[in-house]
Amino acid sequence: MMTNNTALELRRVNKWFGPVHANKDISLSVGRGTIHGIIGENGAGKSTLMSIVYGFYQAEEGIILVNGKECLIDNPQASIAAGIGMVHQHFMLVDTFTVLENVILGVEGGARLTDGLTKARKELLRLEKEYSLEIDVDAYVGDLPVGLRQRVEILKALYRGAEILILDEPTGVLTPQEADHLFRILNTLRDQGKTVVLITHKLREIMAITDNVSVMRRGEMVAHVATKDTSREHLAELMVGRTVLLQVEKEEATPGKTIMKIRDLSFIDGEGVLRLKKIDLDIKAGEILGIAGVSGNGQSELLSVLGGIDRPSAGSVIYKDEDITNSRSFNARNLRKIGLGHVPEDRHRSGLILSFSAKENTILGYHDSPNYNKGTTLDQNSVLKTCEAYIEKFDVRPPDPNLNASGFSGGNQQKLVLAREMENDPDILLVGQPTRGVDIGAIEFIHKQLIEMRDAGKAILVVSVEIEEVMSLSDRIAVMFDGEIVGELDAKDATETRLGLMMAGVKEDPTSEQLEENKAADS
Amino acid sequence: MDSIQLFILLLDATFRVATPLILAAMAGMFSERSGVVDIGLEGKMLGAAFAAAAAASVSGSAWVGLGAGILTSLALSSLHAYACVTHKGNQVVSGMAINIMVAGLTPTLAIAWFHKGGQTPALSGDSRFQPITLPFADALRDTPIIGFTYAELISGHNILVYIAVISVPIVAYVMYRTRFGLRVRAVGENPHAVDTAGISVDLMRYKALAVTGLLCGIAGTYISSAHGAGFIRDMTAGKGYLALAALIFGKWKPVPTLFACLLFAFTDALQARLQGVDLPIVGVIPVQFIQALPYILTVLLLAGFVGKAHPPKAIGIPYIKER
Amino acid sequence: MIEVKSKFGSPAKVPAWVNLALIPLINLAAALFISGIVILIVGDDPIQALEVLFYGAFGYADAIGYTLYYTTNFIFTGLAVAIAFHCGLFNIGAEGQALMGGLGVGLAALYLDFLPSWVVIPIAIATAAAFGAFWAYIPGYLQAKRGSHIVITTIMFNFIAASIMTYLLVEVLIAPGGQSPESREFAELSWLPFFHDFLPMPDTPLNVSFIFALLLSGAFYYFVWRTRWGYEIRVVGQNETAAKYAGISPSRNIILAMALSGALAGFVGVNEVLGVHHRLILDFTGGFGFVGIAVALMGRNHPVGIFIAALLFGALYQGGSELAFEMKTINREMVIVIQGLIILFSGALENMFRPKIESFFKRKKTTTAARA
Repeated sequence: MMTNNTALELRRVNKWFGPVHANKDISLSVGRGTIHGIIGENGAGKSTLMSIVYGFYQAEEGIILVNGKECLIDNPQASIAAGIGMVHQHFMLVDTFTVLENVILGVEGGARLTDGLTKARKELLRLEKEYSLEIDVDAYVGDLPVGLRQRVEILKALYRGAEILILDEPTGVLTPQEADHLFRILNTLRDQGKTVVLITHKLREIMAITDNVSVMRRGEMVAHVATKDTSREHLAELMVGRTVLLQVEKEEATPGKTIMKIRDLSFIDGEGVLRLKKIDLDIKAGEILGIAGVSGNGQSELLSVLGGIDRPSAGSVIYKDEDITNSRSFNARNLRKIGLGHVPEDRHRSGLILSFSAKENTILGYHDSPNYNKGTTLDQNSVLKTCEAYIEKFDVRPPDPNLNASGFSGGNQQKLVLAREMENDPDILLVGQPTRGVDIGAIEFIHKQLIEMRDAGKAILVVSVEIEEVMSLSDRIAVMFDGEIVGELDAKDATETRLGLMMAGVKEDPTSEQLEENKAADS
Repeated sequence: MDSIQLFILLLDATFRVATPLILAAMAGMFSERSGVVDIGLEGKMLGAAFAAAAAASVSGSAWVGLGAGILTSLALSSLHAYACVTHKGNQVVSGMAINIMVAGLTPTLAIAWFHKGGQTPALSGDSRFQPITLPFADALRDTPIIGFTYAELISGHNILVYIAVISVPIVAYVMYRTRFGLRVRAVGENPHAVDTAGISVDLMRYKALAVTGLLCGIAGTYISSAHGAGFIRDMTAGKGYLALAALIFGKWKPVPTLFACLLFAFTDALQARLQGVDLPIVGVIPVQFIQALPYILTVLLLAGFVGKAHPPKAIGIPYIKER
Repeated sequence: MIEVKSKFGSPAKVPAWVNLALIPLINLAAALFISGIVILIVGDDPIQALEVLFYGAFGYADAIGYTLYYTTNFIFTGLAVAIAFHCGLFNIGAEGQALMGGLGVGLAALYLDFLPSWVVIPIAIATAAAFGAFWAYIPGYLQAKRGSHIVITTIMFNFIAASIMTYLLVEVLIAPGGQSPESREFAELSWLPFFHDFLPMPDTPLNVSFIFALLLSGAFYYFVWRTRWGYEIRVVGQNETAAKYAGISPSRNIILAMALSGALAGFVGVNEVLGVHHRLILDFTGGFGFVGIAVALMGRNHPVGIFIAALLFGALYQGGSELAFEMKTINREMVIVIQGLIILFSGALENMFRPKIESFFKRKKTTTAARA
C-alpha cells in the first residue's frame, strides 16, 4: 500500500502491563477511506492496541504514523489533534449532562460555557444532517436508549474533527437491526472520505461491512487479509489458532415436567421503574431455555427475581408445583437450599469475592450449609476438600485453592462459579452470560457442562446477549424486549433475522394459542 | 414590635454563625463534586483559623492573617489531594488524619510560639476584621422594621460575611456556567469520560481541591479573626462536619446547601437565645441539650428528610485507569 | 458510599513479612521523621525526644504498666474500628461509643452495689457492651435502612454523647455536695483487680481489663475468620452486590457489625471507669476512639496486628506524657500530631512507598497471557 493512501499505520508496537505482554510487535496499516476490521478473541489485545492509538495508554516500543507522518500520541488530546476519534465499548458519557454538554466536554471553546454551547449547537445540527445522525441535543444522556448514546459518541468524535474513527465492539449493546443501521452510518462516513476502524469479536460484522481485516491472537497480529478473500471459518481458525466448531454438539432434548412455572411476573425496581411486565415462562427439566435480547431489556432483573435477590412486585413463581412467591423462603438463601443454582451475569460484581481465596469463594451462598459447619465453627477442612474437588473436576488453573479469585483468568473464574452452582446438585440452574469474557477453550468446556447437566434431567435457563450462543445452546428460545417476552420459539425454527426483529420489539403473529395452552395448564 | 426586633436579631446572629458554614460547604462542594470526599474541611478550617490569628497578631493586619489562613488551608488541601489523587489513598482516612494532625499541631505551635496555653494573643483593631457600617445605616436605624432591618441585619457585618453571601451565586455561576464547573462536575460523575476527552482527571481534582482550600481558608480566618478575636484550641467545634452534612442535605447544589447552612445556623443562634429561658410546657431545657441541637438536627435530617440523595457518582473512588 | 475495599484486593506475590512488617515500619518511620521536623520547628531536639519517649514508655517497671494500661484501651477501640472495617464501614464514633460504655459501667456500679462483687462486675461489663452497642446500633440502623451517611452520623453521635455525659454529670449523677462534674466513688467491691494486687510490681493503673482485651482479641479472630457470621460480615464488606446474590442481607450485617463495634468500644469504659477511676468522670475517653482508626489501619484489621499497633500507641501515649514533663516546649498535643501523621502515612498514604517496595521484592514473572 502506498504511504500517501495510508491513514493510520503502526510499526512494531509493544505494550506490557507489568509482566503481561499485551501487544507484541504489532504492525498495522489502515487505508484511507476504508473500513478496517480488527478481530480477535476476548483478551487478544485489540482494545489495548486501540487505546494506544487513542493515547489512553502509551506503548513501550513502536511508532504510530497518521497520514504517513510520525505522531507522538501520549495522551488523548494529541490523538484528537491528529484527527483520531474513538467510540469506546463502555460509553464515555456523563449521564447527568445533556447531549450538547457531553459533546463539548474538553473542547468548550472558552472559559464561559454559553458561547461554546451556542456554537456547538449549530455545528451539531449540521453534522446530524450530513451523516443522518438525528438526536435531540438537549436531552439528558442518562434518559437516552443505548443506541442513541452511541450516536452521541460518534457525534462527539466528529465534532472534534475526527478523520479516523475507531469503534470498539460497537454492536455489543445493539439488536441486529440497530447494528445494521450503524453499519449504514459507517458506510456513509466512509463514502465521505472518513476512515473507520472496527474492533470486534463477531465474524458476522467483519464479513458484513469491512474492506480489510486484521486478526489478533494472544497479543499478536497473525494475519492481514482483504475481506473478500476470506471466509468466516478461515477467520475463526486464525483467531483461535486451530479448527473450531462454531456449533455446539448436542442430542435432541427430552423435556420432562415443568420445574419452574412463572406467571404474570412483574417487577418494579427501587427507582420506581417497571422492569418486568407480566412475564410467563415454563422452565422444564431436561431442557435449556434460552433468553435472547439486547442487554438492558429486563434480563438482569428476571435473573435477580428468579434467583431470589429481588422480590417480584406481582405475579407468581411456582416451583415444583408449589407457589413460593409469597412464602418467606422466597429469597436467595432458601432457594439454594431447595435446589436452585444461579450463575450470575457478572462474576466480578456478584459471583465472586475477588479478594477472597478460591477456597472461601467455594462456599459463597452455601456457607451456612451443615456440610461446612461444625457447630458454630466453619469446617476449614471440608471447605478445602470441596474446593480441591471443584478445581479437579472443572480443570481450574492454576489448581491453587488459596489463590485469590482475582488471580485467575476470566475463564477459570467462571469455572469456579459454575462448579459451585452446579455441584450443589440443583434441580434448576439459572445462568447469565455463561461465557462473557471467556476464552474459546473454556467456552467449549462450559457449553459441554451445560449440555451434560441438561441431559442429566436438570432444568436450565440461559440468558445471553450473544445471539449465536443462545441459538446454539438452547432447545427453546424466548426473546425479551423492554421487560416483556415478545415471543417464544423452538430453537430449530430460530433464525438470526427472526430473533433480531423480536429483539427490537417486533411481535410475530400473536402467540395466543400458546398462551391459552399455558392458562389451561394452570387451572 | 419587640418580637419582630428579637427575630431580626436572631436572624442577624444566624448570619454570623452561618458564614463559616456557608464558606465551608461551598468549599466542600468543589471537592465532592469533583469526586473527592472531604471530611477534612474541619481540619482545614482549624488550621486556617490558627494561621490567620497567628499571622494577624504578629503583623497587626487582618489581611495578612487572611493570606496566611488561605495558604495554610491550601497546603492542607494539597496534602489531601496528594494522598487521595496522586496516591489513590482512602479519602475518609486522609481527611480524618488531617483533622487529627491539625487538632494536635495548632495548640503545639501556639504554645511554642505564644506561650499562652494553646491560644494566640487576642486580636483587636486592624488585626481583626471589623464590622462595616453600610451607608445611612445609623440614620435609618429608627425607621420601623425596614430601617432597623437594614441597620441590624444588612449592615454592620465584617467583610467576610459579605464574601460568604456573594460566594453562593459565584459558586453557582462557576459550577453551571463555566468550563471549569462543567469539568469539575464531569470528573465527579464519570472520570473516564473526562480522561478520554483529553483532560487530566488528576489535575482537575487538584484544581477543585485548590478552590476548596481557598474557601476553607476564608472560613477559618473568619472564625478566629472576625467572629472570634484570636485562636482557641478546637475552636471550629465540628463546623466542618456540619458543613459537610449541609452539603449532603443540600444535595450538592449551591442554593439548597445555602438553606441547609442557614437552618443549622438558625438552630445554633436559637440555642444561644434559649439558654436559661423558661419555656412554656417544657420549662428550662438543660443547656447541654440545647447545645447538642444542631447535631441532633443533622442526624434527624439525614435520617428522615434527605430521601434518596444522588451523590456524585464517582465520589470516594480513586480514579485508576483500567486495563 | 465510602470505599474502604480497594486495598484488600491485590494478590500478594511479595514475601509476607514485607507486607506485614517492613511496609508498616517504613510508614511509621516516615511519620516519626515528620514528627521530628515538627519538634525541630517548636525548638527542641528530636533525637532526645525519641529517647525520652522510648524510655518513658518502656524504661522502667511503672512505665511498662502504664504503657500496657493505655494499650488495653487501644486494643478495644482498634478491634471496634476493625470489625466495622470488615463490613466496609467507617466507624468514627468509637469515641462516643466508649463514652456511653463508660456510662453503662457507671450506672451499674452506682446503682447495683448492693450485689456481690461477682455479680456487679459482670453486669457492669455487660452494660458497657450494651450501651456502646446501642450507641453504634442507631447509626448502623440509619445507614442500613435510611442510607444516612455513617461517617457523618457517627461524628454527630460523638458530639451528642458528650452532651449527654456532661448533662448527667453536672445535673444528675454528680456526687452529693461535689463541685466538679463527676460521680461519687464506686463501692470497692465493684472495682476490677489491679495487676499490682496480685503481681509483684509497682502501683500502676494496669488492671485485669488487659487480660480481657487479649481474650477478646482471640474471640475476634475466631468470630471473623472461623464462623459463618464473620464470613457474612466480610462478604458484605467486600461486595454488597455479591452478598445479596449469595442471600446474605447487607443491612442485617451492617447493623450487627456496628453493634459489635460499639460494644467493643464500650469496653474502654470498663478499663477506665471500672478499672482505674472508680467513678464516672468527663472525658475519660481521651481520644482513644479516634486512635482506634489508626490502630486498625496499622494492624490491618487483624487482632495480632492490632495488638502490636495498640502497643505502639500505648507506648506513644505513655512516653508522650513523659515527654511533656521532660521537654520544655513539647506538650501532650504533640502526641496527637504524631497520631495524625501515623494515620496519614499508614492509612491515606499507604500507597506511597508500597509499589516501590513491592516491585523491589517481586520476582518478575514472565506471564505471556495478553489482556484486552
